[in-house]
Amino acid sequence: MQSPKLLRHAWTVASKDLLVEFRSRTAILSAAVFVVLVLVVFNFGRDPTAVSNVDLAPSILWVTFTFAAILAMNRAFQLELENQALDGLLLAPIERSSIYLGKLIANLVFVAGVELIGVPLLALFFNVRVLPYLGPLLALIALATIGFVAVGTLFSAMTTRTRFAELLLPVLLLPFMIPPLSWAVLATGRLLAGRPLSEIVGWLNMLAVYDIVFVTLAVFLFPATVNE
Amino acid sequence: MLLAEGLRHSFGAVRALDDVSFGVSSGQTLAVFGPNGAGKTTLLKVLAGLILPQRGRAQVEGGRRAIGWIGHQPQLYGQLTVRENLRFWASLYDVPESEFLLRKDSLLGRLGLQDHEHRRVSELSRGLVQRAAIARALIHDPRVLLLDEPFTGLDRMAAEELRELLSEDAAEGRASVLVTHNVDEGAELATHIAFMRAGRFAHFAPRAGRGPQQVSEDYRNAIA
Repeated sequence: MQSPKLLRHAWTVASKDLLVEFRSRTAILSAAVFVVLVLVVFNFGRDPTAVSNVDLAPSILWVTFTFAAILAMNRAFQLELENQALDGLLLAPIERSSIYLGKLIANLVFVAGVELIGVPLLALFFNVRVLPYLGPLLALIALATIGFVAVGTLFSAMTTRTRFAELLLPVLLLPFMIPPLSWAVLATGRLLAGRPLSEIVGWLNMLAVYDIVFVTLAVFLFPATVNE
Repeated sequence: MLLAEGLRHSFGAVRALDDVSFGVSSGQTLAVFGPNGAGKTTLLKVLAGLILPQRGRAQVEGGRRAIGWIGHQPQLYGQLTVRENLRFWASLYDVPESEFLLRKDSLLGRLGLQDHEHRRVSELSRGLVQRAAIARALIHDPRVLLLDEPFTGLDRMAAEELRELLSEDAAEGRASVLVTHNVDEGAELATHIAFMRAGRFAHFAPRAGRGPQQVSEDYRNAIA
């Protein structure tokens, strides 16, 4: 693998995907509407006397991010099937891993956009203080997001040529999302409760290890998933 | 330029390729005719390296970089302009910017797309999209061209222009393999003709000056 070429081709694929999404705005709009809707519904549906905001907010935040991310990941390879562009990508003299990395980068930017909408809305609707912990919270969100988006992008490539891609992706992905999501929910809860950072360092480390393991695995497994 | 030796490939119980062997040299065009399901597209995909054959081997001089693909699907992104699409594919083939600009202008001129360069592909007619797909396939100046039903969706004039363009390219040394079920469309371009049925070449020979009508007759006899 030649790293500079690999990264350049990955960026070419990612910037193309982002430009297509910027022009169509279909997935980002539906994901953003989904995030707003879920947060509004949970805001009006909860009983603040039963469970405190700080206890409830992390779960709601991560459930919202998870399903918004699945929307993004479903569309990542669907885009390549529309005019059989995937065959063109596979025929191009590039490392197939660069296609995966490009899709991963585009998905991460997309999900980050959704998360940027979600965090302020969470602070607004659930009256939780986010600003004092913004740095650690963003690091936590980034680490958790990289992990599940890495796995989701790989599964999206595997399922995209099947008849039930939109159903299969969450079914395959959700078991793999349980570890990073549970660590993220627990760490977010501690952060929003104002607990010291030392209490979440362990979870951050585990998220980082999860990211390294699954990004590496996905880069090596991706070429096999797109072979006919 | 291109060599296929003993290619065999099956999808479950269906044998798509059954001991297919041939070679195509520089400047030659092999037209493969066959009914739907004969294995034509599988053959092209094996030649392109998109499918690994279960037996035999396919070799293209220069590897994947040397291959251009024109199919009945354009492999273009509707939300991008013609130019953005060409730029994207050229980047994946590491075509330098200066060469890209020269090739883009030349191809758009030859294909009558100069006025559509900055239009989104989703706004173009089927015929214009197919022309843009041809520009996409040629943007990296491939030495081997694989064509899967390339005339689908083209009007009579555009089809004639494509035939001219392919003839000019063959004269400059490009090797091509064209697969189609329509004998009238590809016969004139071909230096060699193959008829394919149930994954096998039922006939493979130089065209030897036979016109489309004679090729059609040969095809009917061979396939029937």
